[in-house]
Amino acid sequence: MTAAGPATMCDTGGRLVEADDMHLAFGPTQALRGASLSARVGEIVAVMGPSGSGKSTLLHCLAGILVPDSGEVHFDGGRIDRLGEAERSTLRRDRFGFVFQFGQLVPELSAEENIALPLLLKGVRRSEALAKARAWFDRLELDGLERRRSGELSGGQAQRVALGRGLVAGPQVLFADEPTGSLDSLSGERVMELLSDAARERSTTVVLVTHEPRVAAYADREVIVRDGRVTSLSGDRVIV
Amino acid sequence: MALLGLLEREPSHGYDLKRDYDVYFGRGKPLPFGQVYATLARLARDGKVEAGEPEAGAGPERKRYVITEQGVTEVESWLAEPVEPEPHLQTVLFAKVVLALLTGRSAQTYLDTQRAAHLRRMRELTALKRSGGVVDALLADHGLFHLEADLRWIELTASRLAVLAKQVRS
Repeated sequence: MTAAGPATMCDTGGRLVEADDMHLAFGPTQALRGASLSARVGEIVAVMGPSGSGKSTLLHCLAGILVPDSGEVHFDGGRIDRLGEAERSTLRRDRFGFVFQFGQLVPELSAEENIALPLLLKGVRRSEALAKARAWFDRLELDGLERRRSGELSGGQAQRVALGRGLVAGPQVLFADEPTGSLDSLSGERVMELLSDAARERSTTVVLVTHEPRVAAYADREVIVRDGRVTSLSGDRVIV
Repeated sequence: MALLGLLEREPSHGYDLKRDYDVYFGRGKPLPFGQVYATLARLARDGKVEAGEPEAGAGPERKRYVITEQGVTEVESWLAEPVEPEPHLQTVLFAKVVLALLTGRSAQTYLDTQRAAHLRRMRELTALKRSGGVVDALLADHGLFHLEADLRWIELTASRLAVLAKQVRS
């Protein structure tokens, strides 16, 4: 357990991420109403559901970006909803990776600097961080684009850079929120192929929010969020 | 199966069944009387419905049909089973949703079961697409797009179940 690790250990039963009975309201809007979800090591779980159902809020709680009003969130056997903002921030930096719908690359940085960013934030030396980042370009079919800025990349290329950034530091969990939402079918498919291959090779757990069935089909199982609650569809464990 | 499901609501005459079938499922293609009576005869032979005594009255002889326990079990199993995911399922998906609502069962549960079956098939096709050549990939894509269209319909229907229930039960 690192300094950034969760506070309390317990038997995880193979589950790396687990949220139980989460409630969260934004003012008068109840976004989560008893949402529960778990994901095992190396598992890719798709979180589906209509717009406004609470699926992104669920992901943000699992990732320690938001803290639920009630309920528990566990990572690697310890509760993270009781950690302070600084500890959760460290946890996100050291153990989690993120990919969002619109790459959200830093426009002032080159593609390789964007991929290296999580390593630089962890204190890895610049030369080493950039070398590790460059190793991803072939894999992500981005050769020759190392020095480009985000404005000089296509949507698909930018999203692949974002994927490299999400994975470069070897996270235990990758949280992906509509990672293909802004891409055409073919580019989206390529991003999903690269994402699922890279995650499976490294046994990285992936929590994938998507409203697209073709994207969810890359996951091991799917759950649906409806009115702030989670229903398992794949039958291996029903969580309602 | 649609006629059997309609009979579960209440005992009916063949004529009334045909009329209800045309309202809910006909969509411009009325069910021929001959087919209605042939289906009812087959269901009676198989023990799924019972025909009452002929009723006297003006016009042709009329029999009242009542669903049996075996018939109810058959409807129950049919509605609980997802349809094998393949293209062009609109008719049967629609029939299951409407019959679930008409017979007071959970259409939401059926739609969830069907969604899971569709996504399972989509996972299989995605794996096939990734392991095969371009021809396999193109064939898998055709299936994936059709299943995706069904899933979009399933999502939309799920969000409109309350309105649909009100309409079919009125």
